[in-house]
Amino acid sequence: MRVALRIATWVILGFLYLPLVVVAIHAFNESGFMAWPPTGFTLRWFGEAIENSAIPEAFVNSILAALGAVAIALVLGTLAAMAVQRYSFFGRDTISFLLLLPIALPGVITGIALSTTFQTLGINFGLTTIIIGHATFCVVVAFNNVVARLRRLPRSSEEASSDLGADTWITFRRITTPAMRTALLSGALLAFALSFDEVIVTLFTAGAGTQTIPLFVLAAMQRPTELPVVNVVALVLILFSVIPVYIAQRISGDVAGGGRY
Amino acid sequence: MRLSLLLAAPLLWLGVVYLGSLGILLLNAFWTSDSFTGRVIPFDWSLDAFRQILGNDVYRTIAVRTVAMAILVTLTDVILALPIAYYMARVASPRYRRLIVVAVLMPLWASYLVKIFAWRSIFQGNGVLTWVLSPFDIAGPGNDEIFNSWIVFSYLWLPYMILPIYTSLERVPNSLLEASADLGAKAGTTFRRVVLPLLLPGLVAGSIFTFSLTLGDYIVPSLVSDAKFIGNVIYDNSALGNFPVAAAYSLVPIFIMIVYLLIARRLGAFESL
Repeated sequence: MRVALRIATWVILGFLYLPLVVVAIHAFNESGFMAWPPTGFTLRWFGEAIENSAIPEAFVNSILAALGAVAIALVLGTLAAMAVQRYSFFGRDTISFLLLLPIALPGVITGIALSTTFQTLGINFGLTTIIIGHATFCVVVAFNNVVARLRRLPRSSEEASSDLGADTWITFRRITTPAMRTALLSGALLAFALSFDEVIVTLFTAGAGTQTIPLFVLAAMQRPTELPVVNVVALVLILFSVIPVYIAQRISGDVAGGGRY
Repeated sequence: MRLSLLLAAPLLWLGVVYLGSLGILLLNAFWTSDSFTGRVIPFDWSLDAFRQILGNDVYRTIAVRTVAMAILVTLTDVILALPIAYYMARVASPRYRRLIVVAVLMPLWASYLVKIFAWRSIFQGNGVLTWVLSPFDIAGPGNDEIFNSWIVFSYLWLPYMILPIYTSLERVPNSLLEASADLGAKAGTTFRRVVLPLLLPGLVAGSIFTFSLTLGDYIVPSLVSDAKFIGNVIYDNSALGNFPVAAAYSLVPIFIMIVYLLIARRLGAFESL
């Protein structure tokens, strides 16, 4: 039984990594049409990717959109989490349920709803509309992280703080915020990654002039001549995904080892 | 801090931006679009969009196909996730467990499009699959098969199923399993009667993602197959400027997901999200 489980685990991990390995190899494949087995080794495509001027522009847009969405998400998500976790009031369960909708309903719904609204109200599409679109699901991610932390955080230190004469704001700044720090950080990290990777909502909210990295990849992978460049971008994106995993591990290691909470 | 102050901004955002847009979407389904410019004429009420959808069998076929795919993908991911999650939670040593958790997390953070792109290169005529199957004289499927969508969807959402099942399995106390064994239950019976009910909330939580993400996705089907899904109908109609039909058809996945969420909440899945 144990052996069977171990074999199954390895097979499934192999399934998870096979496509990523194939893309990584294709970035160095001499064949521009991703022929398998690779016809030879080349670094040519990296040169072509560096010379492609659309990539840095899309990259900057992606970063700006993610930063904007994360900023909105952290503020609104924290406020909502504190309200839901620290108070009980009429309609609290309804609010918790509604807050889940933006990630539980498919992205195409968020996309079409925002796009029809912008059209109906005559709002111009661009970076701002992308940020609004991404913020809808980023708020939920921040909310979930902060709520989970607040649930485990004892009220006693906050009460002690106000007993010692601190007003609400000082208590929030000096007691609650430090306790939530890692939750905010991991919420921000996840929200950033989701925004940076979002295709469906972006397609609906970007309009014609603005391109992000996923929109660039989507357009380029359907043009045979640009396949090698997509391979290079793909390899870089796969390597990028190590960063959040590393940070997330550091954060959770911090919590386990620090004994601060 | 006063409750109303805390709630004002998030509720305003949720109410105006998100629910407000959903409301305008709903209204659009009952409005008409100018047949000439394609622009929606607000407050020009009609049921044309619904008539168009109900009058055409294709829309029903696509809805059934999408829901069937979402169920199939969810079941596939449950079957794939159970052994690895069980191994992580109950068999592997703590150090080894940490490594596998990281190994499962990594592909989750890798770009969604990159993963689809990778599968395209595997399926394509001169790709990996053709090479693997060449001894048997079978060609790769190419990028026009609905079968591909099943593989790619199951691949993409698998970590979303592994992680919540793993978390619920980890919480099952050993004493329960020992008690079950002491009372004479075989391994299979213990799994069915003790473990399965305890991991059900996590499993349902994972299924919300696998089901919902499949239900609305139109990128995967359009890149690896030629079959249309609900998302394609919504996206294509909106791209063509036919907003009332796109809006009316969006009510299908919204309705399905709300029913799904209400059932999931009754099964206790929300605590495991």
